[in-house]
Amino acid sequence: MRHLLSTHDLDRDNAISILDIAEDMASFGHRDVKKLPALRGKAVVNLFYEDSTRTRTSFEAAEKRLSADVINFSAKGSSVSKGESLKDTAQTLDAMGIDAVVIRHGSSGAPHLLAHSGWIDVPVINAGDGTHEHPTQALLDAFTMRKKIYGEDSRGKDLSGVRVCIVGDILHSRVARSNIWLLSTLGASVDIVAPITLLPHSIGAWPVRVWHSLDDALASGCDVVMMLRIQAERMTHAYFPNAREYGRFWGLTAQRYRRLNSETIIMHPGPMNRGLEISSEAADSPQSLILEQVSNGVFVRMSVLYSLLTGAKGQLA
Amino acid sequence: MTTSTLFLNARVLGADSENVLVENGRIARRGAPADCEAVEVVDVAGNIMLPGLVDLHTHLREPGFEQSETVLTGTQAAAAGGFTTVFAMANTNPVADNAGVVEQVARLGEEAGYATVHPIGAVTEGLAGERLADIGGMAASRAHVRVFSDDGKCVHDSLLMRRALEYVATFDGVLAQHAQDPRLTVDAQMNEGEVSARLGLTGWPAVAEESIIARDVLLAEYLGARLHICHVSTRGSVEIVRAAKARGVCVTAEVTPHHLLLTEEFALGYDARFKVNPPLRTEEDVIALRRAVADGTIDIVATDHAPHPIDTKDCEWDSAAFGMVGLESALPIVNKTLVQTGMLDWSAVARVLSSSPAEIGKASSAGSLGEGAVADLVIFDPHASRVWSTSDLSGRSLNTPYAGIELPGRVIHTMRHGYFTFHDGNLRDEALVAADAQKYGHLSSTQTVAKD
Repeated sequence: MRHLLSTHDLDRDNAISILDIAEDMASFGHRDVKKLPALRGKAVVNLFYEDSTRTRTSFEAAEKRLSADVINFSAKGSSVSKGESLKDTAQTLDAMGIDAVVIRHGSSGAPHLLAHSGWIDVPVINAGDGTHEHPTQALLDAFTMRKKIYGEDSRGKDLSGVRVCIVGDILHSRVARSNIWLLSTLGASVDIVAPITLLPHSIGAWPVRVWHSLDDALASGCDVVMMLRIQAERMTHAYFPNAREYGRFWGLTAQRYRRLNSETIIMHPGPMNRGLEISSEAADSPQSLILEQVSNGVFVRMSVLYSLLTGAKGQLA
Repeated sequence: MTTSTLFLNARVLGADSENVLVENGRIARRGAPADCEAVEVVDVAGNIMLPGLVDLHTHLREPGFEQSETVLTGTQAAAAGGFTTVFAMANTNPVADNAGVVEQVARLGEEAGYATVHPIGAVTEGLAGERLADIGGMAASRAHVRVFSDDGKCVHDSLLMRRALEYVATFDGVLAQHAQDPRLTVDAQMNEGEVSARLGLTGWPAVAEESIIARDVLLAEYLGARLHICHVSTRGSVEIVRAAKARGVCVTAEVTPHHLLLTEEFALGYDARFKVNPPLRTEEDVIALRRAVADGTIDIVATDHAPHPIDTKDCEWDSAAFGMVGLESALPIVNKTLVQTGMLDWSAVARVLSSSPAEIGKASSAGSLGEGAVADLVIFDPHASRVWSTSDLSGRSLNTPYAGIELPGRVIHTMRHGYFTFHDGNLRDEALVAADAQKYGHLSSTQTVAKD
């Protein structure tokens, strides 16, 4: 494995290996001195074409804990018409002699292009591309679920038998796509809840069970409920009528939260729209792992960087 | 001065070998004796002779986008592909929506001499879909426009479409519709389906094409007007056209070579050379399109040759331009998808790539190999296989989707109006072609004589 571009193309062994190395990173993370020398002398560029304080900060923290030299390259306005092309930027970075690129881009496929165009010859990590994938988010979600379920015995485990319910705008969500592929690869079963407008037309081809009623889906019993952020502009494009109706049918309201089994895990990739797709009561409850997701994000990203840049693990080569 | 060329051993329309004598720009004699007098004798050794190919859908990009293509370079690509007549789409800058622009494009074609250039006139002013363009003015101009299209954009307003069909019919023209509901395809990037969902690219659903075609055949039926559908790309569109033809609606349809060969799977690597509008569809659509050509539901193959500079393809998929070049590769692809599959014989190839497009576009001098016909012809070796590459291109742009794909057959010679434009696998020199064009250009009379 040279790049991390998607979870669709990530096999089970590589996925488990990343999660296991993240366990090691987490154990270091709880020490007083958090820094490891693993990537000393390596320059990692965070190439962010979209604003994303959360993801960029998480990658930056991961890079710094591994002692990499961090270069933040914020490039708003991506298209050929708006300024420097991706190709020119890539070749510029290549000329500077960097060792890896973490890229966030509004265009689906931009990381794939960077990895396979020949413009640059270093590992590429997808930090979210358009409506395509966000593989490190899915990996940190899987890590969080596995940790919650297996605790100290997590290493080597997959998610067989776990039932995950993903709720919201599947059509536009890279988080949903990456989770659907990865969770399926790890043996979990995935339920999807959304109005038909927010599902891909060809959802039938995906390895998921589809619900149009959140209440029915929750009543059928699931181990994890993952709420997706809903974008306000979807309302003006007729995906659903208004925020009130969205919250009523597809939000994790306080009432729905109270009906949940007390073992059910609540997750959200953030940033949350409190009161819209998730109530504060649910988000701040003991069942919520939303802050653990943030902490684990750093460990999982350390693991990915370490695996790709050192090639230390045979199964990651 | 008499010029003459004797072609020995030509399999005309794929039939048994015969000799064909060309004199003074016309087919003088079919079945000529091998020893008959000619200035030049060319033994084509059993290769196929077809009437010069006619492309009803070419983007020559001039005026305005000369970094992509010019009338000269585009017609050179045409000659390399065996085409002797091309219809040039109106989406230039300025748009070909008035007599001045269409006359300029026609004149550039006459001067270059690599192919007869029939400009297509815009249906609406500036392709904006609001007011009719100078349709009568273009029809009556020296360019003698008979095909009108807003290609690249759909005439989607129903009332405007009705008026356009009626007004174009007034001038004995045909409206060529780019069928795409603009609201169903906002930001669309590729065929809507499992692949687009997985890649996170906004889908271009088949129904956005089919709903416009359904409306337009009903309008054409009601008005008794002639309608041509550009680049049909879905199985559902084929069904609508088939049913309309069965009712006697005056509708014709085209398919591009790329929709006969490539599928949406080619988008998997986000390589924007495969980004085209309408998008590449599914295997099921490809099969339906091939069958529709075989059974006559689709009348013609047209290239939608769409040159673009490399920068507009070497970038993120959603920033990339739509379109691919296709003139040079059209005949090998028809060979691969329709002839080698047993669906068409060579005389049917001549129909779909020459006589039918000539008829639809009213290019009366093109499309025939009969004695007395203007000598537009192509010699094609159907067996010379090769792995396609950008070095097989003769136009200005390199955005071919076929690089690395094995394509069967090779154009050996292309002759327009009795002179070679492409000879023995090479483009003939610009100056010689231009000089010959001056002598014989009058044979395609619509180009030089105003017919008011």
